[in-house]
Amino acid sequence: MQNNFPNEGMSVIVKTITRFTVWLIFLYGLYIVIHGHLSPGGGFAGGVIVALSYVHLTLAYGKNFVLERVDKFAMNSLEAIAAILIVLTGIVGLYITGYFFANFMGVGKLYTLLSAGYIPMLNIFICVKVGMGLYLVFYYLASFKPKEG
Amino acid sequence: MILSQFIFVPLLAAFLIVLFARKKENFAAAIALAACAWILIVSFIAFFKLPSHGGMILNNTSGWKIPYTICLILDNLSSFMLIVVNLVAFLSAFYAIQYINHFTGKWNFFALFMLMLTGMNGVILTGDFFNLYVFMEISLFSAYALVAFGTESEELEAAFKYATMGAITSTMILFGIGILYSYTSTLTMADVGLQLRSGGTPKMIFLVYGLFIAGFGLKTALVPFHAWLPDAHPSAPAPISAMLSGVLIKTLGVYALVRIFFNVFGAPTVVLQILMLLGTLSIVIGGFLSIVQWDFKRLLGFSSVSQIGYVVIGFALGTPLGILGGILHLFYHAIFKSLLFLDSGAVEYATDTRDLRQLGGLSKELKVTSATNMVGTLSISGIPPFNGFFSKLIIIIACISAGRIVIGIIAALVSIVTLAYFLKVQKHAFYGKKGSAKVLEKVPFAMKTAMIILAALCLISSAIMIPSIRKNYLNPIVETVMGRTSYIDKVEPYLDNGSVK
Amino acid sequence: MILYLMCFFLFLVGVYGAITKRDLIKIILAIGIMGYSVNLFLVLLAYRTGALVPILKKGLDIPASMMVDPLPQAIVLTSIVIELGITALMAALAIRIYQKYDTFDITKIRRLQG
Repeated sequence: MQNNFPNEGMSVIVKTITRFTVWLIFLYGLYIVIHGHLSPGGGFAGGVIVALSYVHLTLAYGKNFVLERVDKFAMNSLEAIAAILIVLTGIVGLYITGYFFANFMGVGKLYTLLSAGYIPMLNIFICVKVGMGLYLVFYYLASFKPKEG
Repeated sequence: MILSQFIFVPLLAAFLIVLFARKKENFAAAIALAACAWILIVSFIAFFKLPSHGGMILNNTSGWKIPYTICLILDNLSSFMLIVVNLVAFLSAFYAIQYINHFTGKWNFFALFMLMLTGMNGVILTGDFFNLYVFMEISLFSAYALVAFGTESEELEAAFKYATMGAITSTMILFGIGILYSYTSTLTMADVGLQLRSGGTPKMIFLVYGLFIAGFGLKTALVPFHAWLPDAHPSAPAPISAMLSGVLIKTLGVYALVRIFFNVFGAPTVVLQILMLLGTLSIVIGGFLSIVQWDFKRLLGFSSVSQIGYVVIGFALGTPLGILGGILHLFYHAIFKSLLFLDSGAVEYATDTRDLRQLGGLSKELKVTSATNMVGTLSISGIPPFNGFFSKLIIIIACISAGRIVIGIIAALVSIVTLAYFLKVQKHAFYGKKGSAKVLEKVPFAMKTAMIILAALCLISSAIMIPSIRKNYLNPIVETVMGRTSYIDKVEPYLDNGSVK
Repeated sequence: MILYLMCFFLFLVGVYGAITKRDLIKIILAIGIMGYSVNLFLVLLAYRTGALVPILKKGLDIPASMMVDPLPQAIVLTSIVIELGITALMAALAIRIYQKYDTFDITKIRRLQG
């Protein structure tokens, strides 16, 4: 991966190690999300881990390196879309069963990956919402300068 | 079906604004206004449909039964509150369309506005303690951000003060909820009430009373907890000041206090006496501190402290007449205080200052603002054909008939003080000799319309006092509050009291 | 009971910090301590001696009476999120205040009075 900002961030050792670990952290977050309805964890915990992988990258390489690859505007939009999808899930439940946020999909068989109705779906939405939201909070706090202008 | 709309419509609107309106800022106002209008209409529908449902609509979310899920409950009191909140919200949003041109980041403003509305509607509808806390935090959170919206030194300072105090007391409320949960193993309000009623009064409950009075008392801005209000409310943009002073302190404060202490805990005497004391203190201290203020909006902030005291003593009397007075004053204060804040916003918009010493003689140039401000002044000081007169009269009569003659006299005297400091506003801002501030801009159409509608409502809402309307629409609300644990009895059939499955 | 009282003590430590400290960052930390004490209290409420995790798992048949109470844990998760938001907002406000006043000391940040 080409780095246009080689002087930002931490030392070469940290950057090299980060190159290996950041994917592991990201994948672990996704695992937690996908198995959210079967094991401890879920959308929120997984989303936090996904956000932490971005934070990890930002700390090691500097924020410009990350922002070159992910658009802040896209992150904002993705967060809003995830939030809208969460609310829409609730509304769909309302119109199918008459209860807000009711589980309108088949529950399936216990202990299998595709079960628990809409919960895996919601977990993914929540993951996107929390991951993007948390990273943006981190980014905005990190981008404050002590003096204005 | 109808109840969850109050929550998901503004919530959806908030995120749609974030998604679509960042590039096209006029979208933001359109979406926000449409959402506000929708829920205003729905809240009227809910209010008039309620009697045919036997006075209570209960909606379990997610298809489980309470106490295993969160329920939304609409009864007479909450449907009335919904109308008050959404009416003021709609008019404030309408006013904000043009007012907010003075700021940057229109979409931010409307998204936060919608989130605040979501929180308030949620607090009104929810029947679950923890859910109440969550919605309260949503609306407070947006309120902190909106107070700091101008990002000037004073605004940031006020927002930090507000956020600190708000966070401390919210934690207290959560602690109280934890203690209640440890005693009753449930979070549904009606179930908590049921178990407390059947299980006697544990000593622990007094700690909960204390924590809740401190927590919700701060949101209400009763006197020992009022320090944030005169900073935070004037610092916000004018439509938000109108929302904060007009409905937020009533929803998170008075409504939550009434719902929890009357309907869940059955109005314990000790709490009523404490509220009585705090209310009286608020009336006196807020009233006298208003006189010495020279900042237009700060004066209105102290006036809110004083007026909310009237509402609280009305409820704290515990008699039907007192509660009627409290409810009426809550409604009327929402109208005339939002009107006065919108007026102050119009003055600031036109002249770029709100220091009364620099203003003066504006009545010729700002005709609409000055006329509506006059209506607001007459209402808040209780001059007969306007609405404030009736509510204050009822509260004072209720005080005297309940044997609290001293408090009645204090309430009547502070009413004169109210007239005094609003005449000060009239003299220094609108009449009297011309000040150094010049009228730089005209007040735009949307702002004028919102103010005129509110001024008209100041007169029209007095019509609630016509006996037949009062009997049909206000008495059921009073009964909901007076009936104490009748709320629990109404929810009880919906409770699933089977063992854990 | 001692544990619960310790929670309340920690809560009071937070209140003390929030009221007496003069530094904006310390106030934010004190509010954090208050939040943690409440979260600790809620998690302790859920504890049941000898009980196991509230998870259904193949081959591990725990009866409902032998599980710890999962509800306070869900509550704690939610309240942590809320605290995260409050802390982030207050930190942002503190930074903006620092930009305006050049100090974190609240005795020097006094534009508003009364």
